[in-house]
Amino acid sequence: MVKAFRWLLPHPFLTILLTAVWVLLQNNVSTGMVVFGLILGVIIPRITAVWWPDRPRGFRFGRMIPYVLLVIWDILVANVQVAWIVLTRPNDKLRPAWVVIPLELRQPEAISILAGTITLTPGTVSADLSDEGHSLLVHALDADDPDAVRDQIKERYERRLIGIFA
Amino acid sequence: MTLEILATVAIAFCLLIGAIFSLVGSIGLLKFNDSMTRLHAPTKVGTVGVGALLLASLIHAYTFGEGSMHEVLIMAFLFVTAPISANFIAKVNIHRRSCVSPPSPPRDDTWSTLNVPQADLEIVESK
Repeated sequence: MVKAFRWLLPHPFLTILLTAVWVLLQNNVSTGMVVFGLILGVIIPRITAVWWPDRPRGFRFGRMIPYVLLVIWDILVANVQVAWIVLTRPNDKLRPAWVVIPLELRQPEAISILAGTITLTPGTVSADLSDEGHSLLVHALDADDPDAVRDQIKERYERRLIGIFA
Repeated sequence: MTLEILATVAIAFCLLIGAIFSLVGSIGLLKFNDSMTRLHAPTKVGTVGVGALLLASLIHAYTFGEGSMHEVLIMAFLFVTAPISANFIAKVNIHRRSCVSPPSPPRDDTWSTLNVPQADLEIVESK
């Protein structure tokens, strides 16, 4: 029974996501649309299951919600800060810097979420990953102290992501 | 009636915020003089600027016409794709040496963008 369930729904979260996207695309919450979305949500993960052999096992959805809210709040705050820098700081007083973040996260999905978060919070853009995936290269727009930026990212985002993907 | 007035005020406010952030993003794009710092400006427009404009559209659709959830989808897709394009531009900058070269990673050999055959590196340097 469990095996049949696993075979039919290799990625339950993707099924829910695809159904939700389908209903939103149709702009119409009716039974027919939800059922068709569910059909797509079962078929697409099933036929693409071959291409992601090691998906993350534990994904704590409950911890993802506060993380998303935190990131949205950070985006708003950091936007105002960067807008202020753009408008008031002359170019020669700007201190752009490369920041190297040693990663404790191992799962590719978790690293891509971390990189996306870093880019979306303005003032930092994630630029590259080292060839073995042990550190992340981040460009900061205005950093007095690159180590402080590194510690903040590790403390604020990576620690929470470790909790989510544990 | 009062609900419509409130909604109109909210729409105007969101449009204003979106317009201001788009403007600041464009100013930043023009003002900065290094291709890596210039990259920071569009990522800002992509988040709060477009987000506020879409929020205005969402409120308008729900108050004055058929409600529509497409804006939520646009925002979600934008949030997923914006970091990818920024990442690609950053990689191009590293390749073209149009910015200060990044420090080498502490635990691994090199950055994956620079991890290319020697012959390809020489093509870039001969230009």
